[in-house]
Amino acid sequence: MDFVPHTEEDVASMLATIGIGSLEELFDEIPQDLPRPRLERVPQALSEMQVGRLMAERAARDGRLLNFVGAGAYEHHIPAAVWSIATRGEFYSAYTPYQAEASQGTLQTIYEYQSMICALTGMEVANASVYDGASALAEACLMAVRANRAVASHRILMPLAVNPTYRAVARAIAGNQDLVFESLPYDPARGITPSAALEPFENGDYAALVIQQPNFFGSLEDVAALTDWAHRRRMLVIAVVNPTSLALLEAPGRWGSGAPAARGADIVCGEGQPLGVPLAGGGPYFGFMATRMAHVRQMPGRIVGRTVDADGRPGFTLTLQAREQHIRRGKATSNICTNQGLAVTAATIYLALLGAPGLERVARASMQRTAALLERLQRLPGVQVAFPGPRFHEAVLRLDRPVAPVLAALAERGIAGGLDLHGHYPELGHALLTCATETKTDADLDAYARALGEILERGSRAASARGEAR
Amino acid sequence: MSATDPREPLIFDLGRPGRVAGTQFAPLDAEPPPLPADLVRREPPLLPAVSELQTVRHFTRLSQMNFSIDTHFYPLGSCTMKYNPKACNTYAMLPEFLGSHPLGPAPQGLLACLYELQEMLADISGMHAVSLTPMAGAQGELAGVAMIRAYHRDRGDHARREIIVPQAAHGTNPATAAMCGFEVREIACEADGDVDLQALRAALSERTAGIMLTNPSTLGVFEHRIVEIAALVHDAGGLLYYDGANLNAILGRARPGDMGFDVMHMNLHKTFATPHGGGGPGSGAVAVGERLAAYLPVPVVGRSADRYRWLDERDVPRSIGRLSGFMGNTGVNLRAYIYMRMLGREGMARVSAYATLNANYLLKRLQSAGFEAAYPRRRASHEFILTLRQEHALHGVTAMDVAKRLLDYGFHAPTTYFPLLVPECLLIEPTETETKEEMDRFCDALVAIREEMRNDPGKLRAAPHTMPVRRLDDVRAAKLLDLAWKPTMNA
Repeated sequence: MDFVPHTEEDVASMLATIGIGSLEELFDEIPQDLPRPRLERVPQALSEMQVGRLMAERAARDGRLLNFVGAGAYEHHIPAAVWSIATRGEFYSAYTPYQAEASQGTLQTIYEYQSMICALTGMEVANASVYDGASALAEACLMAVRANRAVASHRILMPLAVNPTYRAVARAIAGNQDLVFESLPYDPARGITPSAALEPFENGDYAALVIQQPNFFGSLEDVAALTDWAHRRRMLVIAVVNPTSLALLEAPGRWGSGAPAARGADIVCGEGQPLGVPLAGGGPYFGFMATRMAHVRQMPGRIVGRTVDADGRPGFTLTLQAREQHIRRGKATSNICTNQGLAVTAATIYLALLGAPGLERVARASMQRTAALLERLQRLPGVQVAFPGPRFHEAVLRLDRPVAPVLAALAERGIAGGLDLHGHYPELGHALLTCATETKTDADLDAYARALGEILERGSRAASARGEAR
Repeated sequence: MSATDPREPLIFDLGRPGRVAGTQFAPLDAEPPPLPADLVRREPPLLPAVSELQTVRHFTRLSQMNFSIDTHFYPLGSCTMKYNPKACNTYAMLPEFLGSHPLGPAPQGLLACLYELQEMLADISGMHAVSLTPMAGAQGELAGVAMIRAYHRDRGDHARREIIVPQAAHGTNPATAAMCGFEVREIACEADGDVDLQALRAALSERTAGIMLTNPSTLGVFEHRIVEIAALVHDAGGLLYYDGANLNAILGRARPGDMGFDVMHMNLHKTFATPHGGGGPGSGAVAVGERLAAYLPVPVVGRSADRYRWLDERDVPRSIGRLSGFMGNTGVNLRAYIYMRMLGREGMARVSAYATLNANYLLKRLQSAGFEAAYPRRRASHEFILTLRQEHALHGVTAMDVAKRLLDYGFHAPTTYFPLLVPECLLIEPTETETKEEMDRFCDALVAIREEMRNDPGKLRAAPHTMPVRRLDDVRAAKLLDLAWKPTMNA
């Protein structure tokens, strides 16, 4: 069961053309003493119908949960047009647009995407994507060290309120080039990075400060103060942002004070998944990256430019390829080659369909839904909102007992209640990160509140029953 | 643009202030809490203001300006542009899979697929264990080389600072080695395409961390002496990295683990038919032998008593860590799983057999028509190289001219000017899913183009003539950087 179209006659005539007697002879340069694999762990072939049945069974086993988990991947409505177009064979089964004249569709789409990312972030230039938000931060850190000519340092200031997985990925990728990350604590009362946290670093040499907005707790940082502090110390500012939030929140390109050309983040990156890409068990998503024109030659990844053809008419092509591995090899800005093109195509269609007012509506509705969820949940005994806000569409709850069993009980009722923060932030106690987007109705919020209330109450009753027995 | 202009305006230019796709507005019954004024965006982002139909028509038209596997023969060497089965996409996009949050309760159905995929890939590579988290080939390389680095470090072998890479290697190999903090040592190839063993012996030392090889190599030939090379590198204390870009050539026929490789990546978007999507997403699963298993990037799917879960840093404490925010390109991995289940055990070796048959058939036909093979004394693998150096000398046309002219004949161009050490080269990879007739037509087109070289070389130099645009000015693109639309451009 495969996709080989050859008939017996085809094979016979092709072998005759080649001048050999069997398919076996095609491999006469492979050493004979290498064993022929038996592939015992690869099952027998299935027909399309059989594999369809198998996948339907596997999918049914997972079912569909009412989802309140965010933590870097967010469930938003995806317009029907987005993937209906993105999965057209002409987008889906095309290669990287190296042959520009036969790839104008992909190239123009990427140019439009770059333009939209620049519009959202307030930056001058964006690349055609990297793998995801976490690897985008790793690349941004490496880029900042290359781009900051004022400070020759391999050290980066990294707030602990930045997504802990992003921090881990930055360490795993950039640590190979001996980058050092110094942690900035967060204010345990407010869940943001306070100016006081910066004081010990006043006199050190650092290439860049990372600022995540909203931060991992969903709280909003004082980005202007952080940006100005870093710029006064000749650091670059790396902004990690949620693209949906940029419909409401100030563009990183305008963070801080000073003249328009000097203010703002220097490198902006983040996870593009909220823009029309399904949760899909963790990927494929895409990472976006944008910067000032002055740093464009330090940016990794592909970039599309508009130029003219031999008749002087506009057309699109990959440009500044001298930064990339297929030209510069060991001296390239990154080893990245394949990126997340199809997810970028989806995001471009998503942003076109929503436009600025539609995206703003998603952002406001998500904010409102989270506020409405918190209002319901904090009425429950044993539930508190950890940080006072302001926040976007995610918040930390403190429970009066360990979170993991509560999440397991919620899952039994078909609810994915959030992320247990115990592993990443044990100092927060029984902390749960939860999120509601525009996809959640009042009935959904009520269902979550009711389920959580019952689970907590049952737990309390059980505890007091044990107490009475003693 | 005129009515006959095949190009499409920018979506920004299609919009009108105030126009919206109304049904895409999220319901908003109450206002959210107010934001502090200093955090609020002052000017809305300049996004398109278009209707849903305008959006659909615009992107559908753009799609029609692409060549793709679904529409054209796409013999792009080193890229394995085989048919991407529709079933893989359809079943990977079942709503339960799409709705699964990566940090929610472990989805047993999805994880069962991924666990079995790890098992199948370990078997096919002849390796001990697999991690699916690398999101493309280059990230798989990064994972592999980082594991080599961690292995030497744990042994206190700090002098091993060099990675050896043959001249003909993909650019990602030296770029990856540099990204992992290694020095790159490039070594020559012999005239028949194999690694120069003398150069290898000279390069090996107590500074050698490892070697990165593609086999069959980027020159389209199988490295004869791979077992000997592996012994040499291991004797010098180095490890061997296998770049899986050309795995299609040996699938089900020979295994890198059996050749002596310690670690490798597989491009699931090549060998296992997941789409290239106009540049991605790919997936670059890494496989390792026993001595590197402790270093695999997390998360990895584990199973105990029929329950599946993601293993993390606590389970794999010496892991090189995380390379992605979540679990890698899960949806791509799922498509590869579906493909492999359809092919099954017996289908794997048929892939390499028919990919190699097609390449050797096409090469022989082109040679008979007078084209020059770069390695005429070698058996082609799943791909082969033509050199147009004679045509270039006689008619002044380049490999690029031929590539562009092929577009006019309805074929995507082969890979051009790679590998760099063969002059005026075309790297051609037909894959196993193409028919004999399609390759015959491609061969006829190249023969016709060669006639044009003699009779009308100007036509080649000006090609393509039938695409939405003529040849593009790359120099201008890099000089007068126009990388994003700005509203003033309309004025």
